[in-house]
Amino acid sequence: MSTLDEAPAAWQEQQPSGAPAAKRNWRETIIETVIRLCGISAVVIITLIFLFLLKEGAPAFMQVPIRDLLGVRWYPIEDMFGLLPLLVGSLLVTIGAVVIAVPLGLTTAVYLGEFAPPWLREILKPVIEVLAGIPSIVLGFLGWVALAPLIQAAGAATGLTAFTGAIILAYMALPTIISITEDALYAVPKEYRDGALALGATQWQTIWRVVLPAARSGIVIAVMLGVGRAIGETMAVMLVTGNAANIPAFGLGAWFQPVRTMTATIAAEMGEVAQGSLHYSVLFAIGIVLFLITFAFNSLATRFIGGRSRRRGGQI
Amino acid sequence: MSRQQTQVLATWLISITAVVVILPIVLVVFYVVAKGIGTVNWQFLSQPPSNGMTEGGIFPALLGTVILTFGTAVAAIPLAVGAAIYLAEYAGDNRATRAIRLAIVNLAGIPSIVYGLFGLGMFVLFLNFGTSILAGALTLGLMTLPVVISTAEEAILAVPQEFRVVSLSLGASRWQTIRHQVLPHALPGIITGIILGLGRAAGETAPILFTVAAFYLPELPKSIFDQTMALPYHLYVISTQVPGMPLSIQYGTALVLLIIVLSFTLIATAIRTVMRRRREW
Repeated sequence: MSTLDEAPAAWQEQQPSGAPAAKRNWRETIIETVIRLCGISAVVIITLIFLFLLKEGAPAFMQVPIRDLLGVRWYPIEDMFGLLPLLVGSLLVTIGAVVIAVPLGLTTAVYLGEFAPPWLREILKPVIEVLAGIPSIVLGFLGWVALAPLIQAAGAATGLTAFTGAIILAYMALPTIISITEDALYAVPKEYRDGALALGATQWQTIWRVVLPAARSGIVIAVMLGVGRAIGETMAVMLVTGNAANIPAFGLGAWFQPVRTMTATIAAEMGEVAQGSLHYSVLFAIGIVLFLITFAFNSLATRFIGGRSRRRGGQI
Repeated sequence: MSRQQTQVLATWLISITAVVVILPIVLVVFYVVAKGIGTVNWQFLSQPPSNGMTEGGIFPALLGTVILTFGTAVAAIPLAVGAAIYLAEYAGDNRATRAIRLAIVNLAGIPSIVYGLFGLGMFVLFLNFGTSILAGALTLGLMTLPVVISTAEEAILAVPQEFRVVSLSLGASRWQTIRHQVLPHALPGIITGIILGLGRAAGETAPILFTVAAFYLPELPKSIFDQTMALPYHLYVISTQVPGMPLSIQYGTALVLLIIVLSFTLIATAIRTVMRRRREW
């Protein structure tokens, strides 16, 4: 219970849990109970979210055979609920976003952390925070009116493609990737850099061979959280990917065809289905799939973080 | 290639990449401002849409977003600050705490559309609030929790341990110490977190799709059990669902939404900067 993290050893004497009994009146007991409940509420809420998704989505798994759910046709009007095209759509857009965002994000973090002069960093970091703040619907709208025509002009059959979605998503994932990578770079002890430079390595050699490897767990976390962010994005993707629920032909060309993601399917169709219908349940089932995917990614990322807690103060 | 040449090449490539990342952000903001500024005036802000939404302003949507953001604040702040105090000041290093932290990380990662589904299942249908401001604000509030909890916890942890030790040694109880020593010093940081969370909520579309947002309403909402229009959803509607919609109104709406959301970010950044300068420890 009462620990004094990182406090001098002399402070860490035996302290009864909580304040001395004489100081505790009923009012404090109530307040502390309420605070405890607030803390526990996070677990309650995430459990509730999963239970309600299950409650509404379970009929889908019972009434639609798994083989049909893995089918290649999404055509709800005729009760064809093949989720494969939607999974492929989400996958294409997310992979595209990762391929664009990870190199850009890591490099920008290296620039901010290792190359940029302090005054420039103070200007650029807020700019990146601005990007994190732009609502996804605004980015989607711009993708729709400004980016899509450019992509079409570049030779695609239509501007609304998986690639268009990937670009928009990449920029939405960038702030996450940049800020977490920068933290990871910052956490690499200065001695590592000094040691490498003293041995005659150039700045680039130091970064490439010493700093980046030392920061790799943080970088992995950055990428995973970025992926988690990309796969769950809805509105921007819905506007710019063309919403065609079919599996594009295999190959690089797949990125230049319209696709439809799981998130966009829920957003586009939930408004029009009858509550309690099979279609309604299947949309919740897609929600369950999304929940499980993001849960897996975030839990894994948390495992990586492990002991890297940055406690500065401490507890009483 | 010698390693000195590699160094020069790497410096150039890295700098160019940074420009590739940062320039589009600046361009996007300038582009929306340039395209939208001509439309935004007092009438645009104070009039309802008219003539099948192809004319008029955005007042009902703007008001709806203000109401929803306020509702989100009411729903999220007490719970989030309570949870942050618990994690920073009370939670021990045990399994329950790890479960709470895991839950918060995952709450932050759940896609916003899944929050929308949950809001529909729990608030709209199960608790029978209907498609209403209440259901929408609660959904947005839950979505905002993890951001506020994390930043508030950071702010509380940043208060030096000495403050607590001195307060306790003077005979204050644990809660008195938190209430009178820790929270006042952590307050600016907590407020920063709240503002950031609310800014995000104000710009979200997916969680309100099935819980509160209305395509078009001829009247303003009268109670928390009414539907309302909201700015992000309105932008979605007029950019995709209304044929023959003039681009100028779309850009104007995007600009107003951008200004609202970015001003939240800006205020939060300003508070943080001022606080860093003033901090006496």
